[in-house]
Amino acid sequence: MIDLLNALVVLSNYVLIPALAYGSQLALGALGVTLIYGILRFSNFAHGDTMAFGAMVTILVTWLFQGWGISLGPLPTALLAIPFGIAATAALLLTTDQLVYRFYRQQKAAPVILVIVSMGVMFVMNGLVRFIIGPNDQRFSDGERFIISAREFKKITGLSEGLAFKTTQGITIVTAVIVVIALFWFLNRTRTGKSMRAFSDNEDLALLSGINPDRVVMVTWLIVAGLAATGGALYGLDKSFKPFIYLQLLLPIFAAAVVGGLGNPLGAIAGGFVIAFSEVLITYPLKKVLGYLLPDRFEPDTLVQLLSTDYKFAVSFTILIIVLLFRPTGLFKGKSV
Amino acid sequence: MRKLLLATTAVALSAGAVSAEDIKIGVILGFTGPIESLTPQMGAAAEMAMAEVNASSALLGGSTVTSVRGDSTCIDAGAATAVAERLITSDGVKGIMGADCSGVTGAILSNVALANGIVMISPSATSPALSTAEDNGLFFRTAPSDARQGVVMTDVLLEEGIDTVAVTYTNNDYGKGLADSFQAAFEAAGGTVTINAAHEDGKADYSAEIGALAAAGGDRLVVAGYVDQGGSGIVRAALDSGAFDTFHFPDGMISAKLVENFGSDIDGSSGQVPGTDSAGAGIFAAMAGDDFDGTSPFAAESYDATALIVLAMQAAGSSDPAAYKDKVMEVANAPGLKIQPGQLGLALQAVAAGIDIDYEGATAVELIGGGESAGNYRQVGYEGGAEITVKYR
Repeated sequence: MIDLLNALVVLSNYVLIPALAYGSQLALGALGVTLIYGILRFSNFAHGDTMAFGAMVTILVTWLFQGWGISLGPLPTALLAIPFGIAATAALLLTTDQLVYRFYRQQKAAPVILVIVSMGVMFVMNGLVRFIIGPNDQRFSDGERFIISAREFKKITGLSEGLAFKTTQGITIVTAVIVVIALFWFLNRTRTGKSMRAFSDNEDLALLSGINPDRVVMVTWLIVAGLAATGGALYGLDKSFKPFIYLQLLLPIFAAAVVGGLGNPLGAIAGGFVIAFSEVLITYPLKKVLGYLLPDRFEPDTLVQLLSTDYKFAVSFTILIIVLLFRPTGLFKGKSV
Repeated sequence: MRKLLLATTAVALSAGAVSAEDIKIGVILGFTGPIESLTPQMGAAAEMAMAEVNASSALLGGSTVTSVRGDSTCIDAGAATAVAERLITSDGVKGIMGADCSGVTGAILSNVALANGIVMISPSATSPALSTAEDNGLFFRTAPSDARQGVVMTDVLLEEGIDTVAVTYTNNDYGKGLADSFQAAFEAAGGTVTINAAHEDGKADYSAEIGALAAAGGDRLVVAGYVDQGGSGIVRAALDSGAFDTFHFPDGMISAKLVENFGSDIDGSSGQVPGTDSAGAGIFAAMAGDDFDGTSPFAAESYDATALIVLAMQAAGSSDPAAYKDKVMEVANAPGLKIQPGQLGLALQAVAAGIDIDYEGATAVELIGGGESAGNYRQVGYEGGAEITVKYR
């Protein structure tokens, strides 16, 4: 019985909790990608760097607050700064839309052209972020580090394995749930949300029924700004902030959006967790877990690791390819790529 | 006009020792990149040696040496090669104090230094592979090979009663070389390495790597990485998940930054870094004074590397690398008059007068084999959130 508990704790500590937090971060990113794909009809490669920009503004405001001595007690000050990050990101995205995307929309440019345009925007945003905050690691977390630390857990339960649950992981998961509920309420219950869905389903019909396309586009960018800044800031808070990391994050985020079905918000969330759990589970060596579960005779000598951690990103690539081959519209019914 | 200039240069060269010249020495270090918190002190130490030489005006009939800095980036071989090429062809350096990290040092050596016949003395490249690299007698280092560090690490760990460790290394020439030489030495001494896994620098999240290391287990985690890069990320993730409580840090991790990052969380950990308790180390630290931290890793090695270049030039009576490369071993090793830091002027005069010298410098320099330091290490421990010196080996 104790062995079973120990195995469960090991698995939670190294797989379940980290994957849950990582999955929430991916889901927030994938939701932004999927909304842009559904409503503006292109794959936005600048999304990773939009997240970096939101996180950067959040960090700068956090430092300002820390300087003024404002804090949230046990919670990170960054939570107070996220609204400012969202506001700045919204301003950036609306400006970009006015300066760049609007032109191509009026031209009725093919989606592939918009994809390339978004790559250009990506490089500009990446440069902007590095120019303002520099290319290095930035730490901005404060407050209580752990909800429960491995050492405390061992002391309380008397188990030989520890379970650590970081405050940032808890906040990430809770925030993601709140944001997702709010988003679905907005899309399904409000007039603006319904008009966005109508616009996404059939643009011509939506225009005929008197929906203002400029307003839909603007609201979309505002929501995307909220998702990107929140997701970016939570990722930076939980792991560490470095401009280039958000560029690397683009692959799992797109994988999540595509796996779930591009344009389908529910799919983006499911996709985020599918990618996160496969990445973590496939690269996690099961030696310790099996050591507790199996009788001594069968205890494995090797690590029982399916794939070395070096190949983590290969997992999202592989899933992406398999889904595209066998189910091009994704697990949930989205648009085909 | 051009012919005239060439002719004058030729005359100046053949005149050698008698005419004073301004000798440029390249200081190629990773001023940006994964060890950027160490390089300012290293550069300052090299330039301190040059200032000392210039103040003595005893070099080659009153010649002066000037530093030309170049950024090796520590990891980008292409950028480092381009910088070295520029320093040699455009600035006309006569020797290179550098480079710092093993990968870029090997790249500069084989692509630029060999082709141009320029002497390189690296203060901090420690990969065992550089011992056997083709160098035409142009490459030296005042840092020991990691083959030696692997043995020292083994001794430190076994003496502390640790015989099972997990090893993670930064995925490059330095990390892999060190991890492999450590594993060989540790297993030969009867220890067990449960896993020897790489980590990539520059990632946000190392929890997957820690998962693998924790599954393999071990009494201590050996982190052969960089403090400004993934190394700190690994330690952070290990502490967060409670996978390992104590660590062993080789030279790339030992820095004031480590203590700043983790404070008392790493109490009970151990480590080692090239260093010596010889009289020279103290003199050097005092000389550095408030200008820079003289005990920072590889600062003393940088001073010594620069001094060796200058002394070899004096011994050869020429700043021509082809001539002075053969004198480096001679001035560095016994027999002869022992030279401490701060005595470069004296040393230059002694050499000019034909007296044999044995440069001890800040790190008790003794070059062995193909021209690398025999290696003295400072064993460090962590107590109460501070780094302490346990002993020297």
